Amino acid sequence: MSTVENVQAAEPEVSSFKMIYTLGGVAMLSGFLLVLVFNVTKGPIAANKKAAIERAVFQVLPGAEERRTFQIVNGVVQPLAEGENPAGTVFYCGYDASGAFRGVALPGSSQGYADIVKVLYGYSPEKEIIIGMTVLESKETPGLGDRVTKDPVFLENFTALDARLADTGDGLAHDIVTVKHGAKENPWEIDGIAGATISSKTVGRALNASAAELLPVIRKNLDVLKANQ
Amino acid sequence: MAANSKTPANWDVFVRGIWKENPVFVMLLGMCPTLAVSNSVINAIAMGLATTFVLVCSSALVSMLRNFIPKQVRIATYIVIIATFVTIVDYTIQAISIDLYKALGAFISLIVVNCIILGRAEAFASKNTLYKSVLDAFGMGLGFTFALLCLGVVREVLGSGSLFGVQILPDSFQPWGIMILPPGGFIVLGFWLLLFAWLEERRQRGNAEGDGANA
Repeated sequence: MSTVENVQAAEPEVSSFKMIYTLGGVAMLSGFLLVLVFNVTKGPIAANKKAAIERAVFQVLPGAEERRTFQIVNGVVQPLAEGENPAGTVFYCGYDASGAFRGVALPGSSQGYADIVKVLYGYSPEKEIIIGMTVLESKETPGLGDRVTKDPVFLENFTALDARLADTGDGLAHDIVTVKHGAKENPWEIDGIAGATISSKTVGRALNASAAELLPVIRKNLDVLKANQ
Repeated sequence: MAANSKTPANWDVFVRGIWKENPVFVMLLGMCPTLAVSNSVINAIAMGLATTFVLVCSSALVSMLRNFIPKQVRIATYIVIIATFVTIVDYTIQAISIDLYKALGAFISLIVVNCIILGRAEAFASKNTLYKSVLDAFGMGLGFTFALLCLGVVREVLGSGSLFGVQILPDSFQPWGIMILPPGGFIVLGFWLLLFAWLEERRQRGNAEGDGANA
Protein backbone atom coordinates (compact mmCIF):
# COMPACT_ATOMS: atom_id res chain seq x y z
CA MET A 1 0.00 0.00 0.00
CA SER A 2 1.15 3.52 -0.74
CA THR A 3 1.44 6.19 1.93
CA VAL A 4 -1.41 8.18 0.49
CA GLU A 5 -3.81 5.24 0.88
CA ASN A 6 -2.66 4.69 4.42
CA VAL A 7 -3.34 8.24 5.44
CA GLN A 8 -6.74 8.21 3.78
CA ALA A 9 -7.76 4.95 5.41
CA ALA A 10 -6.54 6.01 8.81
CA GLU A 11 -8.00 9.52 8.88
CA PRO A 12 -11.59 8.80 9.81
CA GLU A 13 -10.44 6.33 12.46
CA VAL A 14 -7.19 6.41 14.43
CA SER A 15 -3.57 6.71 13.44
CA SER A 16 -1.43 3.59 13.27
CA PHE A 17 0.68 5.06 16.06
CA LYS A 18 -2.16 4.82 18.49
CA MET A 19 -2.66 1.18 17.59
CA ILE A 20 1.03 0.52 18.07
CA TYR A 21 1.00 2.33 21.43
CA THR A 22 -2.00 0.33 22.59
CA LEU A 23 -0.67 -3.05 21.54
CA GLY A 24 2.80 -2.22 22.84
CA GLY A 25 1.43 -0.98 26.15
CA VAL A 26 -0.79 -4.02 26.65
CA ALA A 27 2.07 -6.34 25.71
CA MET A 28 4.37 -4.63 28.22
CA LEU A 29 1.76 -4.86 30.94
CA SER A 30 1.30 -8.52 30.08
CA GLY A 31 5.05 -9.15 30.17
CA PHE A 32 5.35 -7.47 33.54
CA LEU A 33 2.51 -9.54 35.02
CA LEU A 34 3.92 -12.77 33.63
CA VAL A 35 7.42 -12.18 34.97
CA LEU A 36 5.93 -11.36 38.36
CA VAL A 37 3.80 -14.51 38.51
CA PHE A 38 6.60 -16.65 37.10
CA ASN A 39 8.97 -15.56 39.85
CA VAL A 40 6.39 -16.04 42.58
CA THR A 41 5.40 -19.54 41.45
CA LYS A 42 8.87 -20.78 40.47
CA GLY A 43 9.70 -22.08 43.94
CA PRO A 44 6.44 -23.92 44.64
CA ILE A 45 6.40 -25.47 41.15
CA ALA A 46 9.94 -26.81 41.51
CA ALA A 47 9.08 -28.15 44.98
CA ASN A 48 5.94 -29.84 43.62
CA LYS A 49 7.85 -31.48 40.78
CA LYS A 50 10.53 -32.70 43.17
CA ALA A 51 7.90 -34.08 45.53
CA ALA A 52 6.18 -35.89 42.66
CA ILE A 53 9.46 -37.53 41.58
CA GLU A 54 10.34 -38.53 45.14
CA ARG A 55 6.89 -39.98 45.71
CA ALA A 56 7.28 -42.14 42.60
CA VAL A 57 10.86 -43.20 43.45
CA PHE A 58 10.01 -44.16 47.02
CA GLN A 59 6.94 -46.00 45.80
CA VAL A 60 8.93 -48.29 43.50
CA LEU A 61 11.83 -48.72 45.93
CA PRO A 62 10.23 -49.91 49.18
CA GLY A 63 12.31 -48.83 52.18
CA ALA A 64 14.08 -45.98 50.40
CA GLU A 65 13.97 -42.62 52.13
CA GLU A 66 16.55 -40.68 50.20
CA ARG A 67 17.29 -40.46 46.52
CA ARG A 68 20.07 -39.24 44.29
CA THR A 69 19.76 -38.46 40.62
CA PHE A 70 22.09 -39.85 37.97
CA GLN A 71 22.21 -39.85 34.22
CA ILE A 72 23.60 -42.23 31.64
CA VAL A 73 25.53 -40.51 28.88
CA ASN A 74 27.00 -42.81 26.21
CA GLY A 75 27.00 -45.76 28.58
CA VAL A 76 28.69 -43.85 31.41
CA VAL A 77 26.93 -43.10 34.69
CA GLN A 78 27.27 -39.55 36.00
CA PRO A 79 25.67 -37.82 38.97
CA LEU A 80 23.15 -35.14 37.98
CA ALA A 81 22.95 -32.02 40.13
CA GLU A 82 19.54 -30.67 41.11
CA GLY A 83 18.24 -28.29 38.46
CA GLU A 84 20.85 -29.26 35.87
CA ASN A 85 19.59 -30.13 32.40
CA PRO A 86 20.07 -33.84 31.70
CA ALA A 87 22.15 -34.90 28.70
CA GLY A 88 21.06 -38.55 28.72
CA THR A 89 18.71 -41.00 30.42
CA VAL A 90 17.91 -39.87 33.95
CA PHE A 91 17.49 -42.40 36.75
CA TYR A 92 17.44 -42.40 40.53
CA CYS A 93 19.18 -44.32 43.30
CA GLY A 94 17.33 -44.95 46.55
CA TYR A 95 18.98 -45.24 49.96
CA ASP A 96 17.32 -46.06 53.27
CA ALA A 97 17.52 -44.00 56.47
CA SER A 98 20.94 -45.38 57.39
CA GLY A 99 22.28 -44.59 53.91
CA ALA A 100 22.35 -48.19 52.66
CA PHE A 101 21.75 -48.71 48.93
CA ARG A 102 18.21 -50.01 48.24
CA GLY A 103 18.14 -50.12 44.45
CA VAL A 104 17.69 -48.01 41.36
CA ALA A 105 14.54 -46.47 39.89
CA LEU A 106 14.65 -46.56 36.10
CA PRO A 107 12.37 -45.04 33.46
CA GLY A 108 10.74 -46.92 30.62
CA SER A 109 8.22 -46.05 27.94
CA SER A 110 6.27 -47.71 25.17
CA GLN A 111 3.41 -46.92 22.80
CA GLY A 112 0.12 -47.81 24.47
CA TYR A 113 -3.46 -47.87 23.22
CA ALA A 114 -3.86 -44.08 23.36
CA ASP A 115 -0.45 -42.49 23.70
CA ILE A 116 3.01 -43.29 24.96
CA VAL A 117 2.90 -44.84 28.43
CA LYS A 118 5.76 -43.79 30.71
CA VAL A 119 6.65 -45.94 33.70
CA LEU A 120 9.18 -45.87 36.50
CA TYR A 121 10.31 -49.15 38.00
CA GLY A 122 12.48 -50.12 40.93
CA TYR A 123 15.28 -52.65 40.39
CA SER A 124 17.30 -54.42 43.00
CA PRO A 125 20.76 -55.18 41.52
CA GLU A 126 21.54 -57.70 44.29
CA LYS A 127 18.48 -59.88 43.75
CA GLU A 128 18.25 -58.99 40.04
CA ILE A 129 14.51 -58.46 40.27
CA ILE A 130 12.11 -55.61 39.64
CA ILE A 131 10.64 -54.62 42.99
CA GLY A 132 8.10 -51.99 42.08
CA MET A 133 6.47 -50.22 39.14
CA THR A 134 4.39 -47.10 38.79
CA VAL A 135 2.90 -45.46 35.71
CA LEU A 136 4.09 -41.86 35.49
CA GLU A 137 2.09 -40.83 32.46
CA SER A 138 -0.62 -42.49 30.44
CA LYS A 139 -3.70 -41.54 28.49
CA GLU A 140 -5.10 -45.06 28.47
CA THR A 141 -8.88 -45.44 28.41
CA PRO A 142 -10.38 -44.73 31.83
CA GLY A 143 -11.98 -47.82 33.34
CA LEU A 144 -10.27 -50.17 30.87
CA GLY A 145 -6.63 -49.56 29.97
CA ASP A 146 -5.92 -47.27 32.89
CA ARG A 147 -6.33 -50.23 35.23
CA VAL A 148 -2.60 -50.89 34.68
CA THR A 149 -1.96 -47.87 36.89
CA LYS A 150 -3.95 -49.02 39.92
CA ASP A 151 -5.20 -52.61 39.66
CA PRO A 152 -3.72 -54.21 42.82
CA VAL A 153 -3.56 -57.70 41.31
CA PHE A 154 -1.66 -56.38 38.28
CA LEU A 155 0.75 -54.33 40.38
CA GLU A 156 1.45 -57.46 42.44
CA ASN A 157 3.39 -58.65 39.33
CA PHE A 158 6.10 -56.12 40.02
CA THR A 159 7.04 -57.01 43.57
CA ALA A 160 9.53 -59.69 42.48
CA LEU A 161 9.69 -59.80 38.69
CA ASP A 162 12.70 -61.71 37.43
CA ALA A 163 15.07 -59.44 35.45
CA ARG A 164 18.27 -61.49 35.52
CA LEU A 165 21.02 -60.50 33.12
CA ALA A 166 22.34 -63.02 30.63
CA ASP A 167 25.75 -64.51 31.44
CA THR A 168 27.32 -62.42 28.72
CA GLY A 169 26.09 -59.36 30.61
CA ASP A 170 24.77 -57.49 27.59
CA GLY A 171 21.07 -58.20 27.92
CA LEU A 172 18.35 -59.97 29.87
CA ALA A 173 18.50 -63.73 30.39
CA HIS A 174 14.77 -63.88 29.64
CA ASP A 175 12.69 -61.25 27.92
CA ILE A 176 10.07 -59.72 30.18
CA VAL A 177 6.73 -60.50 28.56
CA THR A 178 3.10 -59.94 29.41
CA VAL A 179 1.04 -63.11 29.14
CA LYS A 180 -2.73 -63.63 29.18
CA HIS A 181 -4.44 -63.29 32.52
CA GLY A 182 -3.92 -66.51 34.49
CA ALA A 183 -1.27 -67.90 32.14
CA LYS A 184 1.79 -66.77 34.11
CA GLU A 185 4.20 -69.66 34.62
CA ASN A 186 7.66 -68.12 34.90
CA PRO A 187 8.94 -65.41 37.24
CA TRP A 188 9.82 -63.17 34.28
CA GLU A 189 6.28 -63.12 32.96
CA ILE A 190 3.67 -60.47 33.76
CA ASP A 191 0.13 -61.65 34.39
CA GLY A 192 -1.95 -59.38 32.13
CA ILE A 193 -5.36 -57.87 32.82
CA ALA A 194 -8.32 -59.29 30.93
CA GLY A 195 -9.95 -56.29 29.21
CA ALA A 196 -6.75 -54.27 29.27
CA THR A 197 -4.61 -56.51 27.10
CA ILE A 198 -2.97 -53.79 25.04
CA SER A 199 -2.13 -51.64 28.04
CA SER A 200 -0.73 -54.56 30.05
CA LYS A 201 1.42 -55.56 27.10
CA THR A 202 2.59 -51.97 26.79
CA VAL A 203 3.88 -52.02 30.36
CA GLY A 204 5.67 -55.29 29.67
CA ARG A 205 7.30 -53.90 26.52
CA ALA A 206 8.34 -50.72 28.31
CA LEU A 207 10.01 -52.70 31.09
CA ASN A 208 11.66 -55.16 28.72
CA ALA A 209 13.13 -52.53 26.42
CA SER A 210 14.34 -50.35 29.26
CA ALA A 211 15.75 -53.24 31.31
CA ALA A 212 17.61 -54.75 28.35
CA GLU A 213 19.22 -51.41 27.62
CA LEU A 214 19.88 -49.99 31.08
CA LEU A 215 20.52 -52.95 33.37
CA PRO A 216 23.90 -53.89 31.81
CA VAL A 217 25.03 -50.29 32.35
CA ILE A 218 23.79 -50.33 35.95
CA ARG A 219 25.67 -53.58 36.65
CA LYS A 220 28.93 -52.16 35.28
CA ASN A 221 28.62 -48.99 37.36
CA LEU A 222 27.18 -50.53 40.49
CA ASP A 223 30.20 -49.60 42.62
CA VAL A 224 29.80 -45.94 41.70
CA LEU A 225 26.13 -45.96 42.63
CA LYS A 226 26.70 -47.73 45.93
CA ALA A 227 29.69 -45.60 46.89
CA ASN A 228 27.88 -42.35 46.21
CA GLN A 229 26.33 -41.89 49.62
CA MET B 1 -30.50 7.65 45.53
CA ALA B 2 -29.26 6.70 42.14
CA ALA B 3 -27.24 3.78 43.52
CA ASN B 4 -30.38 2.22 45.00
CA SER B 5 -32.32 2.32 41.79
CA LYS B 6 -29.36 0.71 40.02
CA THR B 7 -29.08 -2.28 42.34
CA PRO B 8 -31.75 -4.50 40.74
CA ALA B 9 -30.25 -3.93 37.29
CA ASN B 10 -26.80 -4.91 38.53
CA TRP B 11 -28.19 -7.95 40.27
CA ASP B 12 -29.84 -8.89 36.99
CA VAL B 13 -26.49 -8.55 35.21
CA PHE B 14 -24.97 -10.94 37.72
CA VAL B 15 -27.72 -13.57 37.77
CA ARG B 16 -28.23 -13.58 34.03
CA GLY B 17 -25.01 -15.51 33.43
CA ILE B 18 -25.82 -18.12 36.04
CA TRP B 19 -29.31 -18.96 34.88
CA LYS B 20 -31.12 -17.14 32.08
CA GLU B 21 -28.11 -16.83 29.77
CA ASN B 22 -26.08 -19.69 31.17
CA PRO B 23 -23.09 -19.95 28.77
CA VAL B 24 -23.27 -23.74 28.50
CA PHE B 25 -26.93 -24.71 28.88
CA VAL B 26 -28.50 -21.74 27.11
CA MET B 27 -25.87 -20.20 24.82
CA LEU B 28 -24.04 -23.50 24.13
CA LEU B 29 -20.61 -21.86 24.30
CA GLY B 30 -17.38 -23.44 25.49
CA MET B 31 -18.50 -26.99 24.71
CA CYS B 32 -14.98 -28.32 24.34
CA PRO B 33 -13.78 -27.94 27.94
CA THR B 34 -17.30 -28.74 29.14
CA LEU B 35 -17.19 -32.18 27.59
CA ALA B 36 -13.51 -32.85 28.15
CA VAL B 37 -12.89 -32.06 31.79
CA SER B 38 -16.25 -32.73 33.40
CA ASN B 39 -15.38 -36.39 34.09
CA SER B 40 -14.89 -35.74 37.80
CA VAL B 41 -16.16 -33.15 40.23
CA ILE B 42 -12.69 -31.93 41.21
CA ASN B 43 -11.69 -31.39 37.57
CA ALA B 44 -14.98 -29.63 36.86
CA ILE B 45 -14.59 -27.22 39.78
CA ALA B 46 -10.93 -26.52 39.00
CA MET B 47 -11.68 -25.83 35.35
CA GLY B 48 -14.70 -23.71 36.24
CA LEU B 49 -12.78 -21.59 38.73
CA ALA B 50 -9.80 -21.19 36.40
CA THR B 51 -12.10 -19.99 33.63
CA THR B 52 -13.95 -17.67 36.05
CA PHE B 53 -10.67 -16.12 37.15
CA VAL B 54 -9.58 -15.48 33.57
CA LEU B 55 -13.03 -14.19 32.67
CA VAL B 56 -13.22 -11.73 35.57
CA CYS B 57 -9.65 -10.44 35.23
CA SER B 58 -9.74 -10.01 31.47
CA SER B 59 -13.20 -8.42 31.53
CA ALA B 60 -12.00 -5.98 34.20
CA LEU B 61 -8.93 -5.00 32.21
CA VAL B 62 -10.80 -4.77 28.91
CA SER B 63 -13.42 -2.59 30.55
CA MET B 64 -10.78 -0.31 32.08
CA LEU B 65 -9.00 0.08 28.74
CA ARG B 66 -12.15 0.22 26.62
CA ASN B 67 -11.78 3.92 25.80
CA PHE B 68 -8.12 3.58 24.80
CA ILE B 69 -8.27 0.52 22.56
CA PRO B 70 -8.65 1.45 18.88
CA LYS B 71 -11.37 -0.57 17.21
CA GLN B 72 -9.02 -2.02 14.59
CA VAL B 73 -6.76 -3.77 17.09
CA ARG B 74 -9.32 -4.63 19.73
CA ILE B 75 -9.40 -8.39 19.11
CA ALA B 76 -5.61 -8.63 19.18
CA THR B 77 -5.54 -6.64 22.43
CA TYR B 78 -8.23 -8.81 24.02
CA ILE B 79 -6.36 -11.97 23.07
CA VAL B 80 -3.10 -10.68 24.58
CA ILE B 81 -4.94 -9.80 27.80
CA ILE B 82 -6.73 -13.15 27.96
CA ALA B 83 -3.56 -15.11 27.17
CA THR B 84 -1.75 -13.30 29.97
CA PHE B 85 -4.29 -14.34 32.57
CA VAL B 86 -4.43 -17.89 31.23
CA THR B 87 -0.66 -18.18 31.62
CA ILE B 88 -0.98 -16.88 35.17
CA VAL B 89 -3.60 -19.55 35.90
CA ASP B 90 -1.35 -22.15 34.29
CA TYR B 91 1.56 -21.32 36.62
CA THR B 92 -0.72 -21.07 39.63
CA ILE B 93 -2.28 -24.49 39.10
CA GLN B 94 1.18 -26.03 38.69
CA ALA B 95 2.17 -24.42 41.96
CA ILE B 96 -0.94 -25.74 43.71
CA SER B 97 -0.96 -29.32 42.47
CA ILE B 98 0.91 -31.16 39.73
CA ASP B 99 -1.72 -33.91 39.71
CA LEU B 100 -4.50 -31.43 39.03
CA TYR B 101 -2.35 -29.83 36.34
CA LYS B 102 -1.90 -33.22 34.66
CA ALA B 103 -5.63 -34.00 34.90
CA LEU B 104 -6.64 -30.73 33.21
CA GLY B 105 -3.90 -31.14 30.63
CA ALA B 106 -3.99 -28.98 27.53
CA PHE B 107 -7.38 -27.55 28.48
CA ILE B 108 -5.82 -24.91 30.72
CA SER B 109 -3.93 -23.36 27.82
CA LEU B 110 -7.04 -23.72 25.70
CA ILE B 111 -8.97 -21.36 27.98
CA VAL B 112 -7.45 -18.69 25.71
CA VAL B 113 -9.73 -19.73 22.90
CA ASN B 114 -12.77 -20.34 25.07
CA CYS B 115 -15.38 -18.34 23.20
CA ILE B 116 -17.18 -17.37 26.41
CA ILE B 117 -14.25 -15.16 27.42
CA LEU B 118 -13.66 -13.41 24.12
CA GLY B 119 -17.43 -13.22 23.73
CA ARG B 120 -17.91 -11.38 27.02
CA ALA B 121 -14.95 -9.07 26.33
CA GLU B 122 -16.36 -8.12 22.94
CA ALA B 123 -20.07 -8.10 23.74
CA PHE B 124 -20.10 -6.71 27.25
CA ALA B 125 -16.85 -5.51 28.84
CA SER B 126 -15.89 -3.29 25.91
CA LYS B 127 -19.17 -1.36 26.25
CA ASN B 128 -19.82 -1.27 29.99
CA THR B 129 -18.36 0.14 33.18
CA LEU B 130 -15.77 -1.75 35.21
CA TYR B 131 -18.24 -2.64 37.96
CA LYS B 132 -20.87 -4.01 35.59
CA SER B 133 -18.29 -5.91 33.52
CA VAL B 134 -16.87 -7.63 36.57
CA LEU B 135 -20.37 -8.56 37.76
CA ASP B 136 -21.24 -9.91 34.33
CA ALA B 137 -17.97 -11.87 34.08
CA PHE B 138 -18.42 -13.26 37.56
CA GLY B 139 -21.98 -14.36 36.79
CA MET B 140 -20.94 -15.99 33.51
CA GLY B 141 -18.00 -17.68 35.22
CA LEU B 142 -20.19 -19.08 37.96
CA GLY B 143 -22.71 -20.18 35.36
CA PHE B 144 -19.96 -22.04 33.51
CA THR B 145 -18.72 -23.60 36.76
CA PHE B 146 -22.28 -24.59 37.67
CA ALA B 147 -22.75 -26.27 34.30
CA LEU B 148 -19.45 -28.17 34.58
CA LEU B 149 -20.43 -29.23 38.09
CA CYS B 150 -23.83 -30.51 36.87
CA LEU B 151 -22.04 -32.72 34.35
CA GLY B 152 -19.22 -33.62 36.72
CA VAL B 153 -21.46 -34.88 39.51
CA VAL B 154 -23.50 -37.15 37.24
CA ARG B 155 -20.45 -38.46 35.37
CA GLU B 156 -18.37 -39.14 38.46
CA VAL B 157 -21.16 -40.84 40.42
CA LEU B 158 -22.19 -43.09 37.53
CA GLY B 159 -18.74 -43.55 36.00
CA SER B 160 -16.64 -44.13 39.12
CA GLY B 161 -19.22 -44.56 41.89
CA SER B 162 -17.55 -41.74 43.79
CA LEU B 163 -17.93 -38.04 44.56
CA PHE B 164 -14.91 -35.77 45.12
CA GLY B 165 -12.84 -38.96 44.75
CA VAL B 166 -14.56 -40.57 47.75
CA GLN B 167 -16.40 -43.83 47.13
CA ILE B 168 -20.11 -43.29 47.79
CA LEU B 169 -21.79 -46.17 45.98
CA PRO B 170 -21.40 -49.73 47.31
CA ASP B 171 -18.80 -52.04 45.77
CA SER B 172 -21.60 -54.07 44.21
CA PHE B 173 -22.24 -51.11 41.87
CA GLN B 174 -20.58 -51.69 38.51
CA PRO B 175 -19.26 -48.29 37.34
CA TRP B 176 -20.50 -47.21 33.90
CA GLY B 177 -17.12 -46.77 32.28
CA ILE B 178 -18.67 -44.94 29.34
CA MET B 179 -19.63 -42.01 31.57
CA ILE B 180 -15.94 -41.13 32.04
CA LEU B 181 -15.35 -41.31 28.29
CA PRO B 182 -16.33 -38.61 25.76
CA PRO B 183 -19.61 -40.34 24.72
CA GLY B 184 -20.73 -40.18 28.34
CA GLY B 185 -20.07 -36.45 28.30
CA PHE B 186 -22.28 -36.00 25.24
CA ILE B 187 -25.06 -38.15 26.71
CA VAL B 188 -25.11 -36.33 30.06
CA LEU B 189 -24.90 -32.93 28.35
CA GLY B 190 -27.87 -33.94 26.17
CA PHE B 191 -29.98 -34.77 29.22
CA TRP B 192 -29.09 -31.51 30.95
CA LEU B 193 -29.94 -29.52 27.82
CA LEU B 194 -33.25 -31.37 27.65
CA LEU B 195 -33.99 -30.43 31.25
CA PHE B 196 -33.09 -26.79 30.69
CA ALA B 197 -35.14 -26.57 27.50
CA TRP B 198 -38.10 -28.13 29.30
CA LEU B 199 -37.81 -25.70 32.22
CA GLU B 200 -37.61 -22.78 29.81
CA GLU B 201 -40.62 -23.98 27.87
CA ARG B 202 -42.63 -24.40 31.06
CA ARG B 203 -41.63 -20.92 32.21
CA GLN B 204 -42.72 -19.39 28.93
CA ARG B 205 -46.02 -21.25 28.98
CA GLY B 206 -46.52 -20.10 32.56
CA ASN B 207 -45.79 -16.52 31.51
CA ALA B 208 -48.21 -16.73 28.62
CA GLU B 209 -50.98 -18.07 30.86
CA GLY B 210 -50.21 -15.43 33.46
CA ASP B 211 -50.50 -12.72 30.82
CA GLY B 212 -53.74 -14.19 29.60
CA ALA B 213 -55.17 -14.21 33.12
CA ASN B 214 -54.08 -10.63 33.67
CA ALA B 215 -55.66 -9.51 30.46
